[in-house]
Parts: sequence; structure tokens; C-alpha cells
Amino acid sequence: MNLKLKIWRQKNSNSSGEMVDYNISNVSPDMSFLEMMDVLNNELISKDQDPISFDHDCREGICGMCSMYINGRPHGPDDLVTTCQLHMRKFKDGDTIVIEPFRADAFPVIKDLVVDRTAFDRIQQAGGFVSVNTSGNTQDANTIPIQKGNADKAFDAATCIGCGACVATCKNASAMLFVSAKVSQFSLLPQDKVEAKDRVLNMVKQMDEEGFGNCTNTGACEVECPKGISLENIARMNREYLKASIKD
Amino acid sequence: MIESSISRKVAMALSGLFLIFFLAQHFTINFTSVFSEDLFNKLSHFMGTNPLVQFILQPILILGVIFHFVMGFILEIKNRRSRKVNYSYQSGISSSWISRNMLFSGVVILSFLGLHFYDFWVPEIKYKYIEFLPDDSQRYYEELIHKFHSPIRVAFYSISFVFLSLHLMHGFASSFQSVGVNNKYSNTIKTIAIAFSVIVPLGFIFIAIFHHLKG
Repeated sequence: MNLKLKIWRQKNSNSSGEMVDYNISNVSPDMSFLEMMDVLNNELISKDQDPISFDHDCREGICGMCSMYINGRPHGPDDLVTTCQLHMRKFKDGDTIVIEPFRADAFPVIKDLVVDRTAFDRIQQAGGFVSVNTSGNTQDANTIPIQKGNADKAFDAATCIGCGACVATCKNASAMLFVSAKVSQFSLLPQDKVEAKDRVLNMVKQMDEEGFGNCTNTGACEVECPKGISLENIARMNREYLKASIKD
Repeated sequence: MIESSISRKVAMALSGLFLIFFLAQHFTINFTSVFSEDLFNKLSHFMGTNPLVQFILQPILILGVIFHFVMGFILEIKNRRSRKVNYSYQSGISSSWISRNMLFSGVVILSFLGLHFYDFWVPEIKYKYIEFLPDDSQRYYEELIHKFHSPIRVAFYSISFVFLSLHLMHGFASSFQSVGVNNKYSNTIKTIAIAFSVIVPLGFIFIAIFHHLKG
């Protein structure tokens, strides 16, 4: 396959970037998208040019590191996959592919296609955990009975890998799907109850402070989420937040 | 509490649901004009003279309308600030045009409300509280017919109601999601919301065209 790539290049967070055109030939349809980027970078390095920076780590759809806005969609044209799981067979010979970083003021560009997603870490640190007494008397979690339906929903919410595709695709750059998944994975379980109120209030407060937009229920986040996190989680977080605000 | 993003969206949802309730009531009264001049006059006279409606419900309604629009603009400004550098290419396939353009449909509805106030509310206030004209329970139907005489006005009303329909198609069901309702009843809510979003605006258009052709 021969492809034309239009890629966002930006030296650092302070410089203004631009779209730069590249041509790449002999791309195998069996390559992953990131492997295609590796091949392009090898070519750039061999020409003594600056390679394109992009985030990646596990390359098996688990870590949430890879990002990229490909042809107007986070993680590209395939559904329920991350960029590292996207294969070049999804494109046709002669295609033009537009590659941009995830755009949101809360995700500033560090270099080229790499964005700073530590805002998600700070939201997690604000309450996305269960405090456990590790003094030696820790209760075995399996001794607490949990309804199967709730356990399944909590697990589904916990599959969020925090990649930020929800923010990238939302017209308001809202982080509601991510935060609601992190709230839901606990709120459905009995272990949550003691810290439930503080968790949701603190995580939403941190989300707002990071500068994410407001959710307007367009549903784009659910469509583009590589893990299929449901909008049901946002409704659940809204309920949790309203309950906590009344108690507060 | 109104400071947080969730409380703002809940406030938008509740004010929207309140306006939907008002719209249903308004439509019911207007629709009587199609089949009974007398009933329409009676209901309009009641709404126009009852102190509870005039001095409590009407101000609440006006405040509700103002709140919904002002909050809508505030949210839009905040949302635009959250992504100052936009994408050069967007597919736009993951969400509907309607859901992405609530501000646009809202502004069209706002301009319609301006004309609606000028047409009906301002003359009504002038009649009752400025010129202190004698109470006439039979005038409402005639005033309605008179307003729908102009084809340009009927066309503008009709276009505005198309945008109201689009606004409701996203806003109605979305309000329930915002207040935390997403369960086994959500599909039923969506069906009712779509039916309401089509039937009520279409009904308003029908009333306007009906009186235009009849008059």
C-alpha cells in the first residue's frame, strides 16, 4: 500500500505546530498502525530528520498509552480498538490519513502527537481508590457477597484504560465518561460505601479544576471508547453526585 | 452546588423539563382553537385572568425560559474554552448533528420567542395593565386568527417549530440522562421523547397553517 500522511508536527508545548505531509510506500496491510509509524520514523531517522513522537507502550490494547486522532476519530476508523490494535488493512491503497494529537486544553501537546494526560492521574488521586487498612487484619474481599449483576457492571466500568478517547472525541472535551467509569467501578460494590460521598465530590471537583468541558450527552464518548464504556456510568455518577451533594 | 459541571447540567435538564411541561400545556390549549372557538376563548380567558397563573406561574415561566437560555450560553462558553485549538479534520460520525448543535437550534427558538412575545405577550400586557381596556372573554380567538393572516409570519413560525422539534429530539431524553435516569425504562423514555418532539411541534405548525388557510 502507498499512503499519504498528514501529521501534526509540534516541537514542544510552547511552539505552534503545523500539519506536515509525508508519503509512505510498501505498507503491509498486516502491519499495525503503530508499526507503520515506526517504519515512517525509521525512514525519517535515515534521512537525518526528527522522528515523529507518539505515545505507545503495551501495544496490546491494555495500557491506554497510545492515542492519536486518525481521520477525525480517536484511535482511528475501527470500533472498540486502540490505535495499537488498528491494522493498516482498514485503509486502502492511495488513502490520505490525517493524524493529529488528542485535542483538549486539559491535555496539552508535549511534542508532535504526544499529549500530557496527567490530568487523569490527578482525578484518580482525588478519590479513585478504596482505602484499605493494611495493618495485618485486612478482610478478604471474597468474603463479602456481591450481586452478580453489580459485579459485572463494576467490572465493565473497571475496563476503562484511561486513554482519553472520550475527551478527544467529545465536542466539549468532557471527561465525564472516564470519571464516571472510575466512580462506578467502586459505587456498585459494598467496599465503596464508606468513602462514596467524598470520592464522587472530590473526583468531580478535580475534573472541573482540570478544565474539562461539560457533558451535553452527545454520546460520542461511548461510540469511540475502545473499551465500550457505557453512558449508563455517567447517569450513575450523576445520581451519586446528587446524593452526595444533598448529604454534604 | 451550581458551580460544578454536574449541577449545571442538572439545572439545564430540570429547567428544560419544566419548559417541556409548559409546552404540552400550551399546545393543548392552542389545539382547542382548531375545533372549538368557544372552548379556546374560555381557556385563554382563564389563563389570562387567573391571578395564580398571571402573578405566580407566568413569572416562574419567564424566569425558567431566561434561566435555560442563560445557562445554555454559559455552558457553551465554558465548553468552547475547554478546546481552544480544534482538529483540522473531524469525521462527525460518532454523534448526531442535533446533539452537537443545541445552541444553534436554541438561538432560532430564542428569536422565535422574541417574535412570539411581540405578537401575543406584549399586546396582552398592554391591553390589561397599560391601557386597562375592559375585560373581553371573546377576543382571544380573533387575535389568533389575525396573527396568522400573514404568510411570512406563518412560514417563520413553522421553521421555528422545526428547530424546536430538533432541539427536543436531543434535549428531552437527554434531560433524563442528566438527572441520572438510565435504566430499563430509558428506551421507553426515548420513544415518548421522540413522539413528543415530532407531534407537538408538528401540531403547532398545523394550527398556524389551519388558521391561515381558514382566515
